[in-house]
Amino acid sequence: MKFDNIIIGGGLSGLTCGIKLAEQGRKCAIISSGQSAIHFFSGSFDLLGRVHGEEVVNPIESMASLAATHPYQRVGVDNISRLATEAPELLERAGLKFFGIATKNHFVLTPMGIMKPTWLTIDDFTPFENKNAFPWKKAAILNFSGFLDFHTLFIQDGLKKFNVESQIKNFAMKEFEAIRRNPSEMRSTNIAKVFDQGNALEEFAQKVNQLSEGFEVVILPAVFGLFTKNIATALKAKVNKPVVLLPAIPPSVPGIRSQILLRKRFEALGGTYFLGDNVKDGVIENNKLLAIFTNNHADIKLEADQFILASGSFYSKGIVATRDKLYEPILGLDIDGDTDNNKWLDSKFFNDQPYMHYGVKTDSNFRALRNGKTIENLYVAGSVLGGANALKEGSGAGISLLTSLHVAEQLLK
Amino acid sequence: MKKEIFEPFNISDNNFEQCVKCTICTVYCPVLEVNPDYPGPKQSGPDGERLRLKDPNFFDEALSLCMNCKRCEVACPHGVKIGDIIQLARIKHSKKKPKLRDMILANTDIVGTMASTFAPIVNPIVALKPVRQIMDGVLKIDHHRIFPKYAGMRFETWYKRYAAKKQNDFKKHVSYFHGCYVNYNFPQQGKDLIKIMNAAGYGVHLLEKEKCCGVALISNGLINQATKQARHNVEAFKKSIVGLKRPVISTSSTCIFTIRDEYPHLLGVKNEEIRDESELATRFLFRLIDSGDLKLVFKKDYKKRIAYHTPCHMEKLGWSIYSTSLLKMIPGVDFMALESRCCGIAGTYGFKKENYETAQGVGKPLFDQIDGSDVDFVATDCETCKWQIEMSTSKKVEHPISILAAALDVEATMKLWQE
Ligand SMILES: Cc1cc2nc3c(=O)[nH]c(=O)nc-3n(C[C@H](O)[C@H](O)[C@H](O)COP(=O)(O)OP(=O)(O)OC[C@H]3O[C@@H](n4cnc5c(N)ncnc54)[C@H](O)[C@@H]3O)c2cc1C
Ligand code: SF4
Ligand code: SF4
Repeated sequence: MKFDNIIIGGGLSGLTCGIKLAEQGRKCAIISSGQSAIHFFSGSFDLLGRVHGEEVVNPIESMASLAATHPYQRVGVDNISRLATEAPELLERAGLKFFGIATKNHFVLTPMGIMKPTWLTIDDFTPFENKNAFPWKKAAILNFSGFLDFHTLFIQDGLKKFNVESQIKNFAMKEFEAIRRNPSEMRSTNIAKVFDQGNALEEFAQKVNQLSEGFEVVILPAVFGLFTKNIATALKAKVNKPVVLLPAIPPSVPGIRSQILLRKRFEALGGTYFLGDNVKDGVIENNKLLAIFTNNHADIKLEADQFILASGSFYSKGIVATRDKLYEPILGLDIDGDTDNNKWLDSKFFNDQPYMHYGVKTDSNFRALRNGKTIENLYVAGSVLGGANALKEGSGAGISLLTSLHVAEQLLK
Repeated sequence: MKKEIFEPFNISDNNFEQCVKCTICTVYCPVLEVNPDYPGPKQSGPDGERLRLKDPNFFDEALSLCMNCKRCEVACPHGVKIGDIIQLARIKHSKKKPKLRDMILANTDIVGTMASTFAPIVNPIVALKPVRQIMDGVLKIDHHRIFPKYAGMRFETWYKRYAAKKQNDFKKHVSYFHGCYVNYNFPQQGKDLIKIMNAAGYGVHLLEKEKCCGVALISNGLINQATKQARHNVEAFKKSIVGLKRPVISTSSTCIFTIRDEYPHLLGVKNEEIRDESELATRFLFRLIDSGDLKLVFKKDYKKRIAYHTPCHMEKLGWSIYSTSLLKMIPGVDFMALESRCCGIAGTYGFKKENYETAQGVGKPLFDQIDGSDVDFVATDCETCKWQIEMSTSKKVEHPISILAAALDVEATMKLWQE
């Protein structure tokens, strides 16, 4: 089976590469062994939140002080700055609307009631300019009875710090009785499916209006619009005061919707998305990757002119660590990281853990190496790259989106 | 660096330890979406397995609500064999005895033999409203169900009478696992397959004796019988694949999925020797075309707008690309892909009265998509999906092989390799 480009991994990176390339007319395939980290998406894409222990105000400016080995430095800050305007446009063409700019972080309220700096926030959520103030003084925190994945007490405590007076109210509706019968399944995605399917929204909005009488703002878990777009918007239009949605425990409803819409966009552009298939191996000859093999297609090889590895970090098994080994499991690519397992961990859990920086090694054009030699047509993008502790510095989605756009540009040259 | 093979460490026979409790599988389970009585893939699969290992009494009969569609497995980021875990738990722990109705539904070949013999009588009778009401009341087969018609002459009989002899004129050969549906209900599909394979230069042979793949026996808890039939089929496949060097192809995605994956995973029947060369006809043809060994020529006047539905087992196999690629090769085909969603029938599941509502609820988004499209017909690789879609929408359903057969210019195709 022959494509122009094949992408290994169908998460945020793989889909971004795929969409960009398909928009330029490339015949692309994405192979993904399972659903990706977007399912745990908080609702905000981070570009750079902290550097050297300091909170970042202007991510583009602060990038200058990152190590030369950091993916942003390797892409080049000028390029990053340009691609950071392109990224939200690409997302918007897929039907995903985001708020935010790369030169100034805004804030989102976390489910712990804390203001966290971020880059792009999906339109379900409310962006804040000021981290020290909450614009309203009296908040009604509403939750579905029996829904344990939304920790209202944490939110209430968090809001106290902003001198916000709040009241928690749980309520029941007959539309949710059925899912409540099954306690392990009273989850955000199942609540969202009820809103997706039926006419629950009208009654729900009325209820919200009743319960929030006398309050200035309503706080609700983000459980609106899983397979259907615009439910959150419709709700906000029906409620007679501002609605602030906060993420519930994953899987995340806006995250899954994002994954679905990105995949749809890729497929609408003619891309082929193989889900539930695992790339096992490849044929490398004369420093070129000629074809890859997967579980499902067995002897039928998948060929392309160029390949992109976007297989994610440890969580998605893009790289694997066993007790004594650190390796890239598909092609045995060179790893950027210590092979000495004593150096993987810092004994202090909250310190910057060395292993979090590990990833697949690349040349200056983001091409993979094997045994020290560049594989000319195999590019690497997203969290499978090393060089950053995305969790610590708050750069996860930024690295995924922007290295992917950069790599796609290299391929299109 | 040497390539390391990534093999997760498991203590159990199945891999429930790989579960990280992310709950992604529960998002994509079609049953959970419409029936809250079902505990869902995570709870029924890896979570329940932990409990059942401690004490089998934790087994919950609600697990029979699982359709075994495997959509949870396709979504799981950690490769947990959730569907297998659930089916194995049912096999091991269920105390429910199959009912008469389950036996009738499960024994597709015995019932098929009888029914096709008396097809002129059986077809009108099972179509009668009062009869359907009785089946509903006594057998708990939902009265909305329209039984697939039985053919007067079985495919095997037709083959022996009219097709067998000339198959030896070809240089290359395959065996065909036709399955119950082609044999008893829709021999035309088998005839279409022979037409295409012959045009491609292959003689088509039947296995020494094929038995029903047993998928319905497994889902109805008739495991001993299923295992016996599985052993028989593996031997028959071996005779063809290992003995005669003839690969086995099929037109039923469910039969081939069962033989390749459910035999070893659920029945413990080993099939390594035959697995790689047992596949769908569309995959076989695709490989030939992809490697340049075959070229199909199509009629100029064939013009149709077709929507393809991905059956659950095709989603799991990852093979719909073969069928859709072949369809897209036909110049006159205006192709559209339906969103991959379960149709709700899941073999015999949807025939049961207690499942009727769940089945139709599961299928509804797909039906709406189909009814909202302006296609001439729907294409799909699974016969039970065909029944379900034809019963629940306004559109007819065709198998990709039958579509290819209708569009193929046989003479022009044969000329290419004869020259
Ligand atoms: C739980 C979690 C939550 C996060 N939340 C946020 C957040 O809210 N905001 C933020 O900015 N960042 C977040 N991040 C950071 C995250 O790393 C990035 O945002 C981004 O989603 C990573 O995308 P990716 O495409 O590089 O990798 P992934 O999303 O991990 O995707 C990799 C894909 O490759 C597939 N794959 C791997 N190996 C193979 C193979 N051999 N064959 C076929 N397919 C293969 C996997 O199945 C997977 O689908 C989070 C990360 C995690 C792990
Ligand atoms: S998707 Fe897989 S890992 Fe996640 S809960 Fe389900 S079985 Fe476990
Ligand atoms: S096999 Fe299908 S029905 Fe059964 S748990 Fe998985 S997704 Fe649900």
